[in-house]
Amino acid sequence: MEPKIEPRHTISVWVDNIPGVLSRVTGLFSGRGFNIESLCVAETMDTEVSRITIVSTGDEQITEQIIKQLRKLINIIKVADLSELDHVEREMVLVRVKAEDKSRAEVLRIADIFRCRVVDVSANTFTLEITGNHEKIRAVLDLLKNQGIQEVARTGTLAIQRSKKE
Amino acid sequence: MKLNGAQIMMKCLEREGIKHIFGYPGGAVIDIYDELSRTPHIKHFLVRHEQAAVHAADGYARASSKVGVALVTSGPGATNTVTGIASAYMDSIPIVVFTGQVPTALIGNDAFQEVDIVGITRPCTKHNYLVKDVKELAQTIHEAFYIARSGRPGPVLIDLPKDVQQATTTPKFTDMVKIKSYNPTYHANPRQVARALDMILQAKKPVLYTGGGIVLSDSSEELYKFATTLQIPVTSTLMGLGGFPGDHPLWMGMLGMHGTYCANMAVSQSDVLIAVGARFDDRVTGKLSEFAPHAKIVHIDIDPSSISKNVVVDIPIVGDCNETLRQLNELLEVKPARDWPEFRQAWLDTVNQWEKDHPLTYVWDDKVIKPQFVIEKLYELTKGEAFITTEVGQNQMWAAQFYQFKYPRRLMTSGGLGVMGYGFPAAMGVQVAQPDAYVIDIAGDGSIQMNIQELITVVENNLPVKIAILNNSYLGMVRQWQQIFYERRYSHTDIHAAPDFVKLAEAYGAVGLRATRPEEVEPVIKEALNTTRPVVMDFRVEREECVMPMVPAGKAMHEMLLA
Repeated sequence: MEPKIEPRHTISVWVDNIPGVLSRVTGLFSGRGFNIESLCVAETMDTEVSRITIVSTGDEQITEQIIKQLRKLINIIKVADLSELDHVEREMVLVRVKAEDKSRAEVLRIADIFRCRVVDVSANTFTLEITGNHEKIRAVLDLLKNQGIQEVARTGTLAIQRSKKE
Repeated sequence: MKLNGAQIMMKCLEREGIKHIFGYPGGAVIDIYDELSRTPHIKHFLVRHEQAAVHAADGYARASSKVGVALVTSGPGATNTVTGIASAYMDSIPIVVFTGQVPTALIGNDAFQEVDIVGITRPCTKHNYLVKDVKELAQTIHEAFYIARSGRPGPVLIDLPKDVQQATTTPKFTDMVKIKSYNPTYHANPRQVARALDMILQAKKPVLYTGGGIVLSDSSEELYKFATTLQIPVTSTLMGLGGFPGDHPLWMGMLGMHGTYCANMAVSQSDVLIAVGARFDDRVTGKLSEFAPHAKIVHIDIDPSSISKNVVVDIPIVGDCNETLRQLNELLEVKPARDWPEFRQAWLDTVNQWEKDHPLTYVWDDKVIKPQFVIEKLYELTKGEAFITTEVGQNQMWAAQFYQFKYPRRLMTSGGLGVMGYGFPAAMGVQVAQPDAYVIDIAGDGSIQMNIQELITVVENNLPVKIAILNNSYLGMVRQWQQIFYERRYSHTDIHAAPDFVKLAEAYGAVGLRATRPEEVEPVIKEALNTTRPVVMDFRVEREECVMPMVPAGKAMHEMLLA
C-alpha cells in the first residue's frame, strides 16, 4: 500500500511574548502526537506579541484539533490556518554543496536558474542561499543532491496572508 | 500600605471568598504559613501527604461549587500534587494550587528542593504561573481564580519563589481581568440551537447523553425540563451521574464499558444523539466506528476542542450547557405543542423492554456479602441523600451502578484520570464543604491504602467521613480483566496480605467496624451513620465478583458481556 500523504498545513500563531509560551505550544504538539515539520518564532511589530509559524501535517480532523487545542492555551492570542487562505510562503536555506572542478559550472547554473545567491566559496565547495516556497526549495535541493550536499541549514517556513484584492 | 508577598496572598484569598485551604508546610512556604497563622478567617487543614491536599480541594470544589485551594512547598511537595492536579484537569474541576519555589536567584541551579513544577504541570493544568515579581502577585492570583472557574473549569497552579513571598510592595487589588486571548463562549449561536432543535423534534429515537458539564454548569433543572417535555430517555457518563434524577422513569443508567444494557442499546439504536457536556471518552464509546451508527449527533460543549475530537458530529454547539439548554427550552416553548408522551410511546416501550430484559443485577448469596448489596444498603439507609466519593476500580463502578444519584454534585469520583486514592481525601474536602451531610467514601481494599494516612487528618479535624471498604483482598478490577481476558492468571493482584482495617482505624483514633456476613451489613452501616466520628467499615465481600455488564475494550457497545 502507498504510504498515505497527509496534507501540509501552515499555521500562524500569535502569542504573548513571555517566557514559557513556546514550550506550551511545542508541548501541546508532542503531548497530543501532532507533527511539526517546521517552526519559526520571532517578535512582531508589537514587542508584546510573538508570531509562531508552524508547518504541520495531518488530515482535516487532526488540523482542526491542532487549531482548537492551540486556541485553548491562555497565552495564545490568535490562530490562523493560512493554508485555507490566499497566502505567500517563503523559506530560506543555506546549503554547502560540493563543487569540484568539473561540477562547479553546473552548480552555478542551478544556482542561477533558481536565483540562489552564492554566499561563500572555497576551492571545492559553494555555499548557496536559496529562498522560496516549499516546492522550490525541494526542487533545488533535489538537484543539488546529485552534486553532493555537505550541510544544510533551513529557517523553516514563514507565511503571510495576501492582502485582499479589490 | 506596603505588604509582603505572603500578606498579599492572604488578602487575595480573602477577596476570592476562600475560607478553607488544604496544605502541608515546608521551607519554601514558611512565610506563607507564618502569615496564615495570623489569618483566622481562613481555616487550614493539615493533610499528611500533599496529594491528599489536592484531592481534598477537588472534592471541596465539587461539593461547594467554589474554587478549591491547596498549598504546598517546593520540590517534593510540588511533585506530590501532580496526580491530584492531573485528575482535576481531566475532570474539569476548578482548583488553585500554590506551590513554594526556591528564591528566584537560585532557580535553575538545582537548589535544595527545587523542581520546575511549572514545566512539569504545563500539560495537566488549565494554566500555570511562575510569579517572579511581587508587584504581579495580586493580579496573577485574581487571574488564576478567574481562569480556574470560568469556561471549562480546571486546575491552575501558581509557583511562588520564597523571595517573592518576602518582598514588599503596595499592592493594587483589582476585580478586573484582562486576558486578551481568553474569552469562553457561554451563549450558543442561536442558529445552531435552532437547527439542533429542529433535528431533535424530528427524531423518532432520540437519546440524551449527558456528562460532567451538566453538573459543573448546574444545568440539572434545564436538562430535566428539556428531557421531560420531549420525553427523551437520558443516559450519562460517570461524571454526569446525578445531573438527571436516578429514580426517574426516563433515566436509563450510565452508558459505556460498565453501563446498563438499556443505555448502551438505546445509544446504539438511536437516530438522534444529543450529547451535552460530555466528551466521547473511549470508556463511553467503545469501538468508535460502531458508536451510535444510526444517529445524527448534536454536541453541546463549552470547550470547542471537545467537539469532533473523537466522533465527528453533525451539529456542533459551543456554549455553556445551562445557557444552551435554556435557549433550547425557550425555543421549544414557541414551537407548536405536540402530545410528546403519545409520540414517544413506541421508543420508550422499546427502551423499557431493554431495561426489563437485562436490568442491573447480581446473584444473591446467603452466606457471602455481595459488594452490590452493600451499595444498595448504603443507598437505602441514606435515602439517596449522601455525598458519595469513590476510589477507582470495581468499587467505583458498583457505586455508579447501584447508588441511584438523585441530585447533582453528590458523586465525586476521579473519572478521567482514574486515581486510586482519590476518594478518601476527596471525602475530607466534601465534608469540610458540607459539614452536616453524610459523606461516604466507597473504597476498595487496594485504593484505600493509597491515601490511608489521612485518617489522622479526619480524626484531628472531627470530620466524620465514613469509609466503606468493599474488601475482596484483590485489586479487583485488574483481577476481573485477568479472569476474563488472561485466563485467570492473577499476576500480582492478590493483596490478602493486608492490615486489619478495624484495628488500623482504631490506631488512628477512628471507629472500625466489620461485616463478614450479609445480615451484618445493615447493622454496621446503621452504626456508622449514627456515629459522629470518622468510621471505617470493613465489608468482607465475595472475592471474585465481577462488574457486569462489560463492554470489552475496543468492542462495540452492543457487544456487551452480560454475566
